[in-house]
Formats: sequence, C-alpha cells, structure tokens
Amino acid sequence: MVEYDPVLYSRILTGTTLGFHTIFATLGAGIPLLIALAEWIGIKRNDLHYHVLARRWTKGYIISVAVGVVTGTAISLQLSLLWPNFMEAAGHTIALPLFLETFAFFFEAIFLGIYLYTWNRFKSKYAHFLLLLPVFIGGGASAFFISTVNAFMNSPIGFNYENGILTNVNPIMAMFNPATPTKVTHVMASSYLTAAFIFASIAAFSIYRGRNHVYHKKALKLSMTVALAFAISTALIGDLSGKFLAQYQPEKLAAAEWHFETEKGATLIFAGSLDENNKISQAIEIPYALSILAHGIPGAEVIGLEEFPEEDWPPLIVHYYFDWMVTIGMFLALVSFVYFCMQYRGKWNECNKPLLSAIIAGGPLAMLAIEAGWFMAEQGRQPWIIRGVMRTAEAATTSNHVDTMLILFILLYVILAISIVIVLKRVFKASPLEKDLKKQGIE
Amino acid sequence: MSYELLGITVLWTFLYGYVIVASIDFGAGFFNYYTSITGKGPIVHKVIDRYLSPVWEVTNVFLIFFYVGLIGFFPSIAYYYGTTLLIPGSIATILIAIRGSYYAFHHYGPKKARWTQFLYGATGLLIPASLSTVLTVSEGKYIFVNNGNVSLDYRELFTSFYSWTVIILAIVSVLYISACFLTYYAHKAGDMEAFHILRKYALSWSLPTILASFLVFLSISHHNWEHFSGMLDLSWMFILSSLFFLGAVFLILKKQRLGLSFIFVMLQYAFAFYGYGAAHLPYLLYPYLSIYDGFTNEAMAIALIITFVAGLLLLIPSLYLLMRLFVFSNQYVQGKK
Ligand code: HDD
Ligand code: HEM
Ligand code: HEM
Repeated sequence: MVEYDPVLYSRILTGTTLGFHTIFATLGAGIPLLIALAEWIGIKRNDLHYHVLARRWTKGYIISVAVGVVTGTAISLQLSLLWPNFMEAAGHTIALPLFLETFAFFFEAIFLGIYLYTWNRFKSKYAHFLLLLPVFIGGGASAFFISTVNAFMNSPIGFNYENGILTNVNPIMAMFNPATPTKVTHVMASSYLTAAFIFASIAAFSIYRGRNHVYHKKALKLSMTVALAFAISTALIGDLSGKFLAQYQPEKLAAAEWHFETEKGATLIFAGSLDENNKISQAIEIPYALSILAHGIPGAEVIGLEEFPEEDWPPLIVHYYFDWMVTIGMFLALVSFVYFCMQYRGKWNECNKPLLSAIIAGGPLAMLAIEAGWFMAEQGRQPWIIRGVMRTAEAATTSNHVDTMLILFILLYVILAISIVIVLKRVFKASPLEKDLKKQGIE
Repeated sequence: MSYELLGITVLWTFLYGYVIVASIDFGAGFFNYYTSITGKGPIVHKVIDRYLSPVWEVTNVFLIFFYVGLIGFFPSIAYYYGTTLLIPGSIATILIAIRGSYYAFHHYGPKKARWTQFLYGATGLLIPASLSTVLTVSEGKYIFVNNGNVSLDYRELFTSFYSWTVIILAIVSVLYISACFLTYYAHKAGDMEAFHILRKYALSWSLPTILASFLVFLSISHHNWEHFSGMLDLSWMFILSSLFFLGAVFLILKKQRLGLSFIFVMLQYAFAFYGYGAAHLPYLLYPYLSIYDGFTNEAMAIALIITFVAGLLLLIPSLYLLMRLFVFSNQYVQGKK
C-alpha cells in the first residue's frame, strides 16, 4: 500500500484536470481565428465554400467549447478545494487577472450564443462576421489573463512577503511580471498553431482518403497558411522563453537540459538517459547550442543545477517533455514550410501521400506538444507553487479524501472524452459535406 | 460605503443573478424530462429549447464570476471553505460538468436520447441541492477550527433539520421560478398549449415554495438565533417579498400581465435574498470569518472595483443585445427567426 499523501494526490488531480482542460482551452482560444478567417474570405471572394467551411468548423468548435467550459469550471473550483493556502495567497496578489478572465468569458459566451443562432438573421453578411470578433477577442483574452496568473507563479513580483504577512501589493505589477511577455505570447501562438494543424490534419485526411472536392483543398490551404505563420512565431517565442528561463528561473532550464555544472559554451543535450549518479549517456549533444538558447551567444555562461540545493531541484524528467515539444515544433514548422514551397512552385499534387501523412500526423502532434510544454513548465516549477515564496507541500489541502475525488474525476474525464468522440462522429455523419453544400445551393 | 460592504454587495448581486438564471435553466431541464415521460414533451420542448439554447453558457459564467470575485475580495474564504468543502464541492463540480456537457451534446448532436435528457433533468435538481449546502454551512455549527485545523462535521450536516429545509427550499424554488418564467415565455410565443401546461406547474409549485420558506425561517431561529434576530429587524423586506409572491401568483391565476408577474417573482426573491444576506453580515462564516477580517488589501480592492465598473460597461450592452435578440424579440420567440 502506498501511504496516503494529500499533496501527491492533489498534484495528480490538478495535473489531470488541467491536462484535460488545456486540450479544449487551446482549441477554444485558437479556433475562432480560423472560423473568422474562413467567413471573411468567403464574404470577400463571394465563395460559398468558405462559408460552408466556417459553418462546419463552428459545429465542431461548439462541442469543444462546451467541454472547455465545464472543465474550466472544474479547475477553477478545484484550485480552492485542493490548494486553499495557495488560493488565499493568490487572492491577495494575483486576483486581478483571474477576475478579468471572468469578464472575458462573459463576453465570449454572450457573443458565441448570438453568433450561433444568427447565421441568416442579418441583412449584411458582415454583421454576422463581426459577431465573431468578440468571440475571438474573448477567447484570446481569457488565455492571456490566465497565462499571466501562471506567469506570476513562476516569477512572482508586486508584493512583499515576510513572516507569512503580505504587504505592499501591486496588482498591476504582479500581473505584468517578468514571465508574462514570453508566456502569454507563446501560449497564444501555440494555440493558433495547434488549432490550425488540427483542421489541416482533418482536411488532409479527407484528401488522403480520395475525396478530392475543391472544398478540402481550400480548407487545407487556409489552415496550412495559418499554421506556417504560427509555427514560425511559436518557435521564435519559444527561443525567447528559453532566454527568460535562463535569467529568471535558471533551475528550470537546467533541469530541462540536464545541465548540472555552470559553464561557458554550454552543450545542448537531446534525448539520452541518466544513471543514479546523474551521468548522461546515449544523448545527442549539440555544442554551444544551450548557450545560444539561453543567451543568444555561443560562449555565454549557463547556470547549472549545482548552484541549487538538491531538494530544490525540479524533477529531471522534464528534460523529455522539453525534447518532445521542441522536436514537434521543428517538425510542424518544416511540414508547413514544405507544403508552402510545393504550393508556390505549382508542383503540389494531392496525391503526394508522404506530405499528406505528415500533415495528418501534425494535428495530434501539436496537441502533444501543448501537453509536453505545460508538463515541463509546471513540473519544472517544483517544489514551488509560487516560486521562492510558497512550497507546493505547504499549499495543499489536508483533507483525507483527495484520492477518492481523484478517481471520481478521472472517471468523469474518461466519460466526457468518449462522449465527445461519439457526438462529433454523429454530428458529421448526420450532416455530411454534400448535404451542407447543397443547402447553400452548390453542387 | 466601505470597500468591504461594496465588495460583498456586488458579489451578492451576482449570486442573485445566478440564482435567477440558473433556476430557470435547472427547472427547464427538469420539466423537459418530466414532460417527455408524461407524453407532453413535444408541446413544451420547443419553448424550452428556444430560450435555453443561446444562453446556457452565460448562466455558468454567473457562477464563476461570483466565485472568482469572492476569492478576490475575501481571500480567506478559500482557506476556510476550500479546506472543508472538498467532497461537496467536488460533487457539485462533477454534476455541473455532467450537466453542461450533456446539454451541449444533446442539443448540438443530431439524436435526442432519453437518457441524456434524464441526466440533464436530474442534475438540475441535484446541483442546487449541493450548492445550497455552502449557505447552510456558512451559518456555523458545522465547521470547526481546532489548533489551526479547519474541519467539517458531516454527520451534523446530514442530520440537521436546518440543512434539509434549505435543500428543500432550493429545489422547490428552482421549479417555481422556472415554471413562472416559462409560463411567461410560452405566452409570449403564443404557444397556448404549452402555456396551459406550464401555468399549471407554476401554480402547483407556488404553495410549496412559500411553505418551504417558512420552514427555513423556523429552523434558522433554532439554528442561529443571531442571524434570525437580524432577519426580524429587516422584517419589512420579508413582508414585501411575500406581497410580491401574492402579486405574482394572482397575475398568473388571472392569466394577465405575465411579464409583470415574472418581475414580481424576481422581486420576491430579491427581497428575501438580500434580507437574508444583509442579516448574515458581517459574517461570511459564523463565527470565524467576517467581511472585515477576511478582506483583501486595499490595492487589490481598488483594482477589482475599477475592473468591475469597466467590465459592467462592456457587459450590460452585450447582455442587452442578447436579450433583445432572443428573449424580447417577438419574432424569435415565436419561432419566426
Ligand atoms: C504547439 C505547441 C508548442 C510548440 C511547437 C512549442 N511550444 Fe514551447 N510551450 C508550449 C507549446 C509549444 C506551451 C504549451 O504553450 C508552453 C507551456 C507553458 C507555457 O508557457 O507555454 C510552452 C513552454 C515553453 C517553455 C517554458 C516556459 C516557462 O516555463 O516559462 C520553453 C522554454 C519553450 N516552451 C520553448 C520552446 C521552443 C524553443 C520551441 C521550439 C520549437 C517550442 N517551445 C515549441
Ligand atoms: C492548461 C495547461 C496546464 C497544464 C497541462 C498544467 C499541468 C499541471 C501539472 C502536470 C501540474 C502538477 C505538477 C507537479 O506537481 O509536478 C500542475 C500543477 C499546478 N498548476 Fe498547472 N497546468 C496548466 C496551466 C496552469 C495555469 C494557467 C495555472 C494558474 C492559474 C496553473 C496552476 C497550477 C497549480 C496551482 C498547480 C498545483 C501546484 C503545483 O503542483 O505546483 N496551471 N499543473
Ligand atoms: C493556460 C491555460 C489555459 C488556457 C489557455 C485557458 C483558456 C480557456 C478558454 C479559451 C476557455 C473558454 C472555453 C472554450 O472556448 O473552449 C476556458 C474556459 C475556462 N477556463 Fe481555462 N484556460 C486555461 C487554464 C485555466 C485555469 C488554470 C483555470 C482556473 C483558474 C481556468 C478556468 C476556466 C474556466 C472557469 C472556464 C469556463 C468559463 C466559462 O464558464 O465560460 N482555465 N479556458
């Protein structure tokens, strides 16, 4: 029997809920951009295919929103139930963006409701399109605000804390802390990237299966264009995130890179394994790359884990998460780049199965990168819940029933996951593309 | 007005908003299921669906708003209630999750299955029951602090008369508020068949509502005398509340001015709700936590209040637009749009 430890179970439960929520949150923040683009192009070019595209994407989006809403509600209540001491401290210091976030939800929810039920209610087509802007802004704003909260947990500023007493709180400073710029932009860029790749993946799959309606090609082209733009920006901002870590949270970067000794011209370690003496074997080593990631200069000094007491080290498994994220990031950028070259040179042909397969894989991989990125960011913060201020173990509930709750919630998520798949299948089976096209008066 | 009082008033207003919109929603879910097993489903569903579809997500946000605001203005709440309410809180969360997602699955999916309606209907009654325990617990004598450890006495909670009367009131109110609103909505839609059915529901839930309210009054006097005497000092509010109740029922009986009758229902609950809340002050949790010792720092309070005002400026026009398009638009309500 494992001994009951509320802290451990609380961590697992939080990670499970957030890992599940982030799937829908990422889509919820990202998809409105794609729908808006499709509807806009449709109006501009007077091309009904894009109109149908926007409608079909919306059908899937709404299911994802529903699950985003309920899992988001779950995590926000859970934060108080599992981390009462943390939430008390957070209430004093970082409540502002949490509160702002609810306004963003409100705004999004209201206009999404209107958008969904007014496809043909306005005379001007632009009027309906304009309703999507608040949805897009609301989704983006909620991702923005919640990311500042998470940024605060990584680099808390804007208050004094002595002997358990908080003074001199400055909510604006707490919100715009050093982690905010890279965190917020990386999270948002990766949401758009992921949403675009998921849609590209679906379009590519249809083409792969031999459905060569021009509709699918338009869908693919639109989503791959968005994907390329955000694959590049995600990678660039990711590089800046590395520089942020090197300066403000060096232990996280060191753990992600298995970088034990402080040195100049540091080597980047890819993959590999560790023995009990922290000796690295079978890794791919790229000289100077870590110094470049951390400071942009090959000879720069990178702080190693040796500078921190061992009990303050983050778990070293985050190394693999980091590898996954970066590898997938490179892969996505490469795939969208190749697609573009082929498109541009006119050599694109829809029978190019290898490229199609790579695009199909890209959707799920992007989501995997999101998960890997968050797990690396969150576990890399351990043992702190608010870095340098409050330890995770001090923050947790002392309740005796967290394990039972964990089981209940896992059950809930499994049921939800299965239901989503079933419902999405039914929705698109009941209204196949041909039917939707016909409704709009095209073949 | 002090910041503390301003903060709690704002939050209480949002909770009131949640109670009204969520009751309509929860009750509608129940009637939806109930009518489908009694064979009257097709008549009533159209009215219910037309109203609920565009607004369900907004309902949920009211709750989040209240909760997040509470943590922001009174961070110590997280400590006291968070530690003790793990089980009821988690159960309420799961119920909310099931309800929200199955509503969406049911509604946006092509096949309408009976069992999703059941889930949707049943959770609609269980959620108010489980959420109302938070108010019950706030009355004290269930939560204890020993050597800095906070704990909840479950046995006391589940065996006390007071906590059951609150649960009953919560459920009955949900059905009453919802039926009154849907009666008005059906009338507006000109759907006379649905109107007659829903009006019957509204009338039959009116008496239980008032009985349950008296029961709660009675049991509070036993459970928490201090709160009860505070309520007696505000008895004019409760008298007004009862008068609005009579007015609402009268109009529904007469089938006249149903819009006004629903406003009466809202006023009935407003007076009772604010009366209860005002008498509860200054305590957030008897006798451990008051709005004064649990309050956030001044900088945060000001930031939150500014946000709130700015947010309202954005929200009120948007909500107005939503109402215009779906609730107060005759053409939409009647199914012409
Ligand atoms: C599609 C998703 C995706 C992709 C392709 C990438 N990332 Fe990422 N990354 C995320 C999705 C993500 C994320 C899920 O959004 C994280 C988790 C926490 C956060 O702030 O963003 C993240 C965090 C994160 C962090 C930690 C920040 C922190 O803890 O404060 C670093 C250093 C990087 N990323 C760096 C990169 C680099 C160098 C990439 C190169 C291609 C990269 N990411 C691609
Ligand atoms: C949505 C993407 C996110 C994912 C997948 C995620 C994942 C995780 C994981 C895996 C843990 C457990 C870490 C461990 O104990 O080793 C965790 C902890 C936690 N996360 Fe996140 N997280 C996400 C975003 C956020 C955000 C935006 C916040 C802040 C509002 C946050 C707040 C917390 C808290 C309070 C804990 C518990 C304390 C701790 O373990 O440090 N998370 N999360
Ligand atoms: C950084 C990771 C996160 C992102 C990007 C994110 C983003 C979003 C988005 C876009 C939605 C809207 C639902 C949708 O459109 O699908 C949503 C819902 C929600 N999220 Fe998250 N979220 C994150 C983490 C969190 C955390 C840590 C909390 C808890 C404090 C939280 C609380 C909520 C709540 C309460 C909702 C439901 C809102 C409603 O009722 O409409 N989210 N989230």
